[in-house]
Amino acid sequence: MLAFPEPLMDALRVLIFPGLGFSLMFVLFMVWYERKLLAKVQVRVGPLYAGRFEGILQPIADFIKLLLKEIIVPRQADRLLFLLAPTMMMGLSVSLLALIPLSPSFAITDSSVGVLIALALLSLSPLAIVIAAWASNNKFSLIGGLRALHQMTSYAIPLSFSILGVVIMAGSLSLVSIVESQRNTWFVLLQPIGAVVFFLATLAELERVPFDIPEAETEIVMGWETEYSGINYGIIMTAAYVKFYALAVIFTELFLGGWLGPAPIPPPLWTIIKTFLVVTLMMIPRGVYPRLRIDQMFKLGWTWLLPLSLVNIAVVLVEVEVLG
Amino acid sequence: MSELELSIGPQHPGSGHFRLIVHVDGDIIVRATPDPGYVHRGIEKQAEYREYLQNIPLLERPVISDSNGSVYGYVLAVEKLAGVEIPQRAQYIRVMMAELNRIMSHLYWLAIYGIFLGHSTMFMWPFGDREVLIDLAQRVMGTRLTYSFFVPGGVRTDLPDGFKDDALRAITFLESRLPEYDAIFINNPLFTQRTKGVGVLRSEDAIRLGVVGPTLRGSGINADVRKDEPYDAYDQMDFDIPSFQEGDCYSRSLVRIEEIKQSTRIIRQILEAIPSGPFRAKQPALLKPPKGSVYSRVEAARGTYAYFITSKGAKAPYRLKISSPSFRNLPAFPFLMKGSHLADMPTIYWSLDYWPLEADR
Repeated sequence: MLAFPEPLMDALRVLIFPGLGFSLMFVLFMVWYERKLLAKVQVRVGPLYAGRFEGILQPIADFIKLLLKEIIVPRQADRLLFLLAPTMMMGLSVSLLALIPLSPSFAITDSSVGVLIALALLSLSPLAIVIAAWASNNKFSLIGGLRALHQMTSYAIPLSFSILGVVIMAGSLSLVSIVESQRNTWFVLLQPIGAVVFFLATLAELERVPFDIPEAETEIVMGWETEYSGINYGIIMTAAYVKFYALAVIFTELFLGGWLGPAPIPPPLWTIIKTFLVVTLMMIPRGVYPRLRIDQMFKLGWTWLLPLSLVNIAVVLVEVEVLG
Repeated sequence: MSELELSIGPQHPGSGHFRLIVHVDGDIIVRATPDPGYVHRGIEKQAEYREYLQNIPLLERPVISDSNGSVYGYVLAVEKLAGVEIPQRAQYIRVMMAELNRIMSHLYWLAIYGIFLGHSTMFMWPFGDREVLIDLAQRVMGTRLTYSFFVPGGVRTDLPDGFKDDALRAITFLESRLPEYDAIFINNPLFTQRTKGVGVLRSEDAIRLGVVGPTLRGSGINADVRKDEPYDAYDQMDFDIPSFQEGDCYSRSLVRIEEIKQSTRIIRQILEAIPSGPFRAKQPALLKPPKGSVYSRVEAARGTYAYFITSKGAKAPYRLKISSPSFRNLPAFPFLMKGSHLADMPTIYWSLDYWPLEADR
């Protein structure tokens, strides 16, 4: 590796790789990739004209369009909170990026309680959503915000419990040591139930299909995003996709052995490849499933995922006892 | 108990040109009041100022997704009034085109049901497949949606050369797609969860509210004008009227899927058995039917579509009244939505296949 002085290296890590620069590029790619993937499922073409290759610059074109639009604040809205909420969401999402190493040498931080901080940041995001919903002063926004609050709080519990299994097995809350402890076997093989629970809870946390209940458009327009337009909407969407990327990386590192892989491919690239596969897996339901109803979502969360995550912890404890 | 009043529409992604005033208590709908009339165009009044032939393009405007079905009843009424004999071939062509339109309308319904339930793939697939049928219809009738093809005495033009092969290819393609719709949507566990037991309309309620069409058949009542009072060549066709007992959104969906299959059956029979001969009875272009009143009804894609026409012997009808299926299904809205979840509102709404333009006329 090139030998730069350590403060410069830190700055490069935060701004370029694996921090902000790379993540935002990956997020733009994800937006394009999702649209193309969905188009293939639906026998359409998808983005085609922006950029030389298959409309790959379409997300950038969209972002520029959103930048150029007027910022509209509803007259009855709470102006300060209305404009603050998207920034808050973006802040929460981007903070997650600091906690996810792509490899031991490409890590912004390696906190000994990294997973815990990530969970804390995730459980703060309903707050930002409720602020946005309330500040919009719109009935549909309010309903959507409350739905999001209910959904995220009830799925945060199975999410945390499914992580608990991994933490018990690795004996650490640091993502670097969790990945390193998978040298022999990936955790997805040792605790498949936990992986499934984490996967579904992540979909709910991200408000992705079939859990896009807070933004069910035929019932409540766009849910808590209804009143947002222009770049505020752009920030909300970017924040959502950054969170999507971060959670996909976390899934990769908790269950799929992160950067562990055969030699010729460098470790960070392994993380990226696996993340890409996880992202694809999380996008596919959007082409296959309709939306759940809110009571069915609760039922799934409390009567299936929560008991399953507890079962997973029991299985993990037995495995730790038996395998040592 | 605290109620929140929501005005769903007329500017709402899930409402159409229509407003539904919904009072919710938490997630439960306390009452829903439909407020139609946003696209009232006075079509019945306009029809009094046009010649009988000029009324045909006007009268298919309320239902562009099923324009043959909407104008069919009018043409039959005028024929009854003027006493015109319709050639056998014209009858067959009309039945075939009406069934083709029924399939297209049901595919449209299926696509929109997909988007109402948040299933974007189901939105795209039937729309793409509908295009095949639209091309077929365009080859016969000249336009994509508003055909003005049925005229008193027969149809406007004869079938083009090689139509049978094209039609068979299109129908075979459609039949190959139906199992895929079942796989991704109708049998999707989340779809059955969302629709089974939702918006239950029992048969006695269906009769009391006077609903028609697939909504009525979804409640277990086997009523269809095509069987009950066959018009044109329907009495020579071999087809079934599907009906399901449960009366929920799921059985209403199954009725429409099953009707697509029955319509392809009818089209296949016609392609085999269509007689040769004139496609239109000889008659003057300016119709002046004798004095009298006439009532006629047909089974359009959404249900019984009926016309009542009074003639005073002039070149335009003295009075024309439309009874459209969407309007007759409107009383089911407040009945079905009361007590259901807010999320079931779009499910119930579109399971009735409500078409605001048709209801408002």
